[in-house]
Order: sequence, then C-alpha cells, then structure tokens
Amino acid sequence: MLLLKLDSVSRDFDVSRPWLNRVLEHEPRRLLRAVDRVSFDVTRGETLALVGESGCGKSTVARLIVGLHAPTEGSLAFHGRRMQMIFQDPYASLNPRWRVRKIIEEPMMFLENKRDVGELLRQVGLSPDDAERYPHEFSGGQRQRISIARALAGEPDLLICDEPTSALDVSVQAQILNLMAELQERLGLTYVFISHNLAVVSLVADRVGVMYLGRLVEIASSKDLFSRPRHPYTRMLLDAVPDLAMSGKSRTPVAGEVPNPLAPPRGCAFHPRCPHANERCRVETPRFLNGVACHAVEEGRI
Amino acid sequence: MMAAALTLICVGAALFSPWLAPQNPFDAAALDLNAAFKPPAWVEGGERGFLLGTDNQGRDILSTIMHGARISLGVGLASVALALVLGVSVGLLSGYLGGRLDAFLMRVADVQLSFPAILIALLIDGVARVALPSNRHDEIAIPVLILSIGLAGWVHYARTVRGSTMVEREKEYVQAARVIGRRPLAIMLSHVLPNVMGPVLVLATINIATAIITEATLSFLGVGVPATRPSLGTLIRVGNEFLYSGEWWITVFPGAALVVLVLSVNLLGDWLRDALNPRLR
Amino acid sequence: MILEVQGLKVQFPTRRGTLTAVDDISFSIAPGEVLGVVGESGAGKSITGMAVIGLLDPPGRIAAGEVRLEGERIDNLPHEALRRIRGRRIGVIFQDPLTSLNPLYTIGQQLEETILTHLPLNRTQARESALSLLREVGIPAPEARYGNYPHHFSGGMRQRVVIALALAAEPRLLIADEPTTALDVSIQAQIIALIKRLAAERGAAVMLITHDMGVIAETAHRVAVMYAGRIAEIGPVRDVIHAPRHPYTVGLMGSIPKVGTHQSRLMQIEGAMPRLNAIPPGCAFNPRCPKRFARCGVERPALLDAGTSRAACWLHAAT
Repeated sequence: MLLLKLDSVSRDFDVSRPWLNRVLEHEPRRLLRAVDRVSFDVTRGETLALVGESGCGKSTVARLIVGLHAPTEGSLAFHGRRMQMIFQDPYASLNPRWRVRKIIEEPMMFLENKRDVGELLRQVGLSPDDAERYPHEFSGGQRQRISIARALAGEPDLLICDEPTSALDVSVQAQILNLMAELQERLGLTYVFISHNLAVVSLVADRVGVMYLGRLVEIASSKDLFSRPRHPYTRMLLDAVPDLAMSGKSRTPVAGEVPNPLAPPRGCAFHPRCPHANERCRVETPRFLNGVACHAVEEGRI
Repeated sequence: MMAAALTLICVGAALFSPWLAPQNPFDAAALDLNAAFKPPAWVEGGERGFLLGTDNQGRDILSTIMHGARISLGVGLASVALALVLGVSVGLLSGYLGGRLDAFLMRVADVQLSFPAILIALLIDGVARVALPSNRHDEIAIPVLILSIGLAGWVHYARTVRGSTMVEREKEYVQAARVIGRRPLAIMLSHVLPNVMGPVLVLATINIATAIITEATLSFLGVGVPATRPSLGTLIRVGNEFLYSGEWWITVFPGAALVVLVLSVNLLGDWLRDALNPRLR
Repeated sequence: MILEVQGLKVQFPTRRGTLTAVDDISFSIAPGEVLGVVGESGAGKSITGMAVIGLLDPPGRIAAGEVRLEGERIDNLPHEALRRIRGRRIGVIFQDPLTSLNPLYTIGQQLEETILTHLPLNRTQARESALSLLREVGIPAPEARYGNYPHHFSGGMRQRVVIALALAAEPRLLIADEPTTALDVSIQAQIIALIKRLAAERGAAVMLITHDMGVIAETAHRVAVMYAGRIAEIGPVRDVIHAPRHPYTVGLMGSIPKVGTHQSRLMQIEGAMPRLNAIPPGCAFNPRCPKRFARCGVERPALLDAGTSRAACWLHAAT
C-alpha cells in the first residue's frame, strides 16, 4: 500500500550574495540545487533508507517530505494521516526550558484522544517519573528516547528519522536501533531512515536509496544493494566502509572528493571520480532506469 | 540572600515612602524655611526630626530621598519595561521571520542608533510639550519621560534577541515544533522566547541604572520630572550647587542612595536570571 | 619503545570531591606501531592523550604514574620544556580540521612557522620542506595552494594539511584524536591509509584515539579498549576484534552493525557507562556484565593474561 510518493522533486536554495553587493559587483543570482529530480515510493510498513555523504541532499529530502521546505519543482503525495520526525542532535532537539511532559504533550495538541505521557515514556524504555524532569538531566541516548516518545505521541503513520543515532555511542546506538525495530513491529510504523552509516542502514532498511550531489543514483532492496551494488558510486561507498571482518581484501580508496555543489560537473555528477566514465558520461545526465542512474549499467558495460 | 534582603529594603522603602517617610516633601505648605540647611542629626546643629538634614527649602533629606527613589525607580522600571517589550517583540519577529521585514526593522534600528538617546528623549519630550496644553504639563511629564527613555532604549534588546533568535531558529527543537504543526507566533512565544530571555534580563537590570541616570540628566535639562516632585537625580543635581558651601549632606546622601538602589537592582537581576534557569535548579 | 605509560592516573578535583578520569593505566608503543585507544564517550581516551602531551585542562592533573618518551620522563617537566617537546617530538592531530588551523594565516605560513620553530632551517629550506610535506600528504599542486587559506580547502584536504603540520617537525610520536570522525566515509578511508603509510615510513609511533572500531581494524596493530577510565582489554587488533576476552569488548563488538550480515537485532549491553563520580567498587563493568560473580564486585582486576591479549577480568584469573 503506497504511503508516500515523491515525483521528480527538486529543491533550490538561493545562496546569492546580498542584493546590494550583487548589483554593485554585477554578480548573477546563485542557486544551489540541493535535491535534483528525485522520485521514489514508500510502502506502508517498510523502512526506506537514504544514504549518502555530506552534501548529497538526503537531509533536504527528509525536510521536503515533512514539509519544512517546499519543493521548487515536482510533487509529494502523502496518503497517510500524520508524519513525525526524529532529529540527529539529541542535545538540540528538545527545548531546554520545557519539562519532558510538556515536550511529549505538544504533538497531542491537535488530537482528540490524548495518549498518556507515562505510557509513552514506558514504551520507549523510560520511567513515567521522568516526565517532570528537564532535558539536561538525561544522557544523549535517553534524550533520543524522549524524541521518539514525542514522535509517537502524534500517532504518526510515517516517521522520518534524520541520522537518529549518528551522535550516539555504539552501545547506546544498539539500544536505540533495537527499540526502533521493536516499535515498528508492534505499532506497524513506516520509517524513512536517513544515514551516512552503511552498516546501520544494512541493519534497519528494507530498501535503500543512494544519493550523490542531490541526485538519486541507485535504489534497491537492502539485500540486492549490499550484495550486488550496481552504480559505481555505490560500489565505492561500500568499498570505503572499514572492514571489521579484516578479511584483508584489497581496497582501492575512493579517488577525489565531492565536487562543489554550486558548480556540479556536466553530465553525470560522478564522472570525474568514476573509473568507468566515457564521453557520454561527461555530457549527458543519465536517466533513472530500473533503479539505477548510470550509462555504464544501461550500456551493459559493467 | 543578602542581596535579596537589601533589595527588598530599598524597594520597600521607596515604594511605601508616602506612609513611611517622616515628612512629605512635596507638600509645599508643610515646609518651613526656617528649617532649611540643617545638617544631619549626629552633627552639631542637627535635629532629631531631620535625620539626614534638610535642603535649601527645608525639606527633610531622608523623606526626599525616599520619595525621590520612588520616582526614580518607577521611571526606571517603567521605561525599561517599555523598551523591553518593544525591543523583544521586534527582535523576535525580525530574527524568526527574516527576509524583508528583518531588513527593514534593522535599518530602522540602525537609524535610531545613530542618534544619542538623550536627543531622542528630548525630541519626544519637545513634541509632547508642544502638542499638549501647558497646564497639563506637570501631569503628563512623567509618562512622557517614560515614553522617551523607553523609545530611546529598545534597539539594544532588539539586536540581542534577534541574534539569539536566529541561532535558536535553526535548532532542531524549533524544527520539531514546526513538524508538529505549531504556528509561527506560537513557536516564537512558547519555544524561542524562553530561550532568549536570559541575556535580556541582565541587560534590563543594567539599563534600569542607565534609565535612572538618563532621567536625572533630562531633569537637569529641565525636561524631566517637574521641580516640585524631585527624583534622586534632581536631588543630586540640586545638592551639587551647595556642595562647596559646606552643605554636603544635600548631595551625598541622595548619591549614596542611588548607588545602593542601582546595586541592589543589579543583584536582583542576576538572582532572577539564575532562578529562572532550569539547568541550575 | 617510543612511548611508555606506566600507572597513569588523571584526576579532577571538584567541589564535591576528586574525580578520577583515568585510573592506573599502562601501555607502550614501539617505533612504527599504531596503537588504537578505543572507547565510548567518557571512557577517558581523549584525556589519556591530553595527559601524554601535557595539555590537560586545569584543574585536571596527573596524580600518579609516569610518561616516558624515548626513555625520558616527560610528565614532570616544566611548561616550557614540555612545550618544546610537544611540537618537535610529539605531533598532534585533532578531530576538527576547521578549528585546528588558524583561519587568518595561509597554510604555507602555518607550516613554515612550525618548521622554523623546531628545526634549524632557513626560510627557503623551510618552504621546500613544507612543499614536500604537502606533496606527501597528497595535496595536488602544492605550489599553487601554498598561499591559500584554510577555508579554501575542503574537509578532507584540511585534515591532510593538519597531518602535514603534525609531521612538520619530524616527531617520533604522533597522537591522533578522532582524526576521521568529522569526515565522510570515503575521505576517511583515504586519511586512514595516509596516516598508516606516513607512520610506517618514518618509523614513528602512533597513538590513534577513536570511538570507531572500524577505523581501528583498518589502521592499528594493537588496540587498548578503555572503559570508565581503565583499560579493559589490550592486545593485537585481530585478536581483540575477533576473539574478545573481556565481556565489555564482547558486548561492544556485538553492538556494532556490520554490512552484509543478516541480523535483525544487535547485541545490547544494558545500562550505561558509569559517571566518574559513581564508579562501582571492584570491576567498573560489573553491574552490566552478564558473566559477573562475587569477586567482580569487590576486587578490581588487574590486566590478566588471556591468550595473546590481556584483559582486566576475573574470568581469566589463573586458578
């Protein structure tokens, strides 16, 4: 059952210099295309992950979905009732001047049947007494639990999670990821999970979308993406993940760095770093076909 | 603890002066010129009834200090309150909404900052005097004074609050509130405002002192409180004239009273800011 | 041995009593070796690094123990002597490349300043040396970029410049505190490879402090796992990661998600690392340990031999 559909969504940010400077120095407007014609679906009950490195636009997509930004082009269709969001920084996502009770009650302002705050806290592994405390009395992991409780209070169909465990220690991360998995099973939640950590994504996601410089370059089921990555960038990304198994396999570190998003390369954005780039890649932007946007894959070269 | 007690005494004495003071210095009929220039009670020539001496018109210094403090405090608090409400509102709107509104408001603030506060106050006061009939002057002198000092001082708060608001606006708890569906005004008042008020309170307490001094300056220039109802500032100014002829008590005691009043207000402000910070509870 | 740390104890006196952030740890690093110091936040790994180079923020201080650099004690030196050693014989790489470089000076100026301070070269030689360092750390066209300011570089490039700065005076010991945490995964791999190569070439000892086990697996020869200010386990990297001997290390390795394994739930260690003012008696990990027994809550275990590694756990007491 389709819950969310993004259709060729783009988002530009105006990063021009102030009007006066522009006029005096004859500079044109500068637009940063943070998200470039991204399309995908989310089915009810699944976890769709969006991965990519910094500047790839995955966080912007999250904010577009949830309505914090409006799309410059394209459309979003949400077929559920409510969405909520969990943020990355456990220290900035709770108002330091509000008690936990007030924080969790806020989303319920617009609901008729209010849930019990103590019950919500218990659901996330905290005690109902914690409702009277202030955020600074809790650790990072506990604050993320409070954020999750706040999100659940709004009785959402869809939960957007923007790097929810990136700021946490590994053992705390394990607790939070387990909690999120358990809640998904119990409450039938759907997650859109944003992360730069491929290992975490391989654990939580049913389907994974890989983004590079604002574009979606590959989307596949988790199993397929990790065993048979198709796009060269996906392959490089997987290659760059430190090998805990220490199998000693030889790896070629990724060459170069992410280009300046204000001046993306012509054609395929990845071509300067791609070992399989040909003339067509330098000129023509690859279309998204069968879950991947790559000329080499389309031509059967790799 | 001590600061709170001290403040309480000062503020209490000032507020309740009409009932506590030994004499009503504003009642011209009660004044006796024969009692003028009496030194403090413990100096030779002083009287018990006039504990801190009398001034050139026979007014008891202690009573005048208490009444004057009342006026100074009243004007200081009211003008700072006005500046605070105005400045915080402008700062919040400007910082949160950004864009053209922000640009416009900040240009207004910049323009106002290029005029000294005294000039602005004089301007407003001058306009008020021209606009209103002269027999009403004394009645409205104090409200006009409050208005002028208040309007001269809002920019400081606006700038501080705008800066803090712009920082808080990017924080995730504000974005969470937007996701929840709160309206911008609700977010500004219930989420952002409590987090930006801290520095504002400290500014406000410092500015009460500045306001009192500004009021004294204006009174000196003849556009402040009417001469018949002197504030602490007026007392100090008046007393200064007699300093060199030996009647030191007329200026020294009001001066000391001003220092103590301002100090206790500042201490109160510090205590208030800490008391309101949940992190220190 | 380039670095020898013996019985190091770091304390912070506070109004409510003395907090022991690092409690009696010992380790050594040989030339050309990379020792990983891994732990979660609050374990004391960064403080250990700061203690070694003498950059502890007061009121923190070394309360006991010795730190020896190439045989000589450095923990009890006066400020000035320690400062000279810091740039010359110990190089430091911090986490955030943005704040490690002075934004007001070009990278060329910063490199030259460091070289001239510590080595007896003239300005031309210093510039040559700086350019060759930039080439070594992989900055393309270093002559052109010599006059650039830090903000002209991307994160990964900046970190390379920081590494160049750390190596400028040809130190014997390199301390890297979370050098790749602020970088993207693909850049991380590049920087890790760089540090490893440079250390091996120069025969320097490297103390690599991080919370990321993956980085340790790729870079380190040996690893020390820290918990609540103590070393829980220390040994060759392969052994500690694949056959951990301390229950905390076991739990830690279990909580790390790994690409490609089809697990549905991660292993979870209940509770949290104790705060410095609430460290339990005996073994610091015992309240959370699934294998604890009576002795664990009473007596603090020393590092006991456990195969090729050593673990501070009574499970390995010789019977």
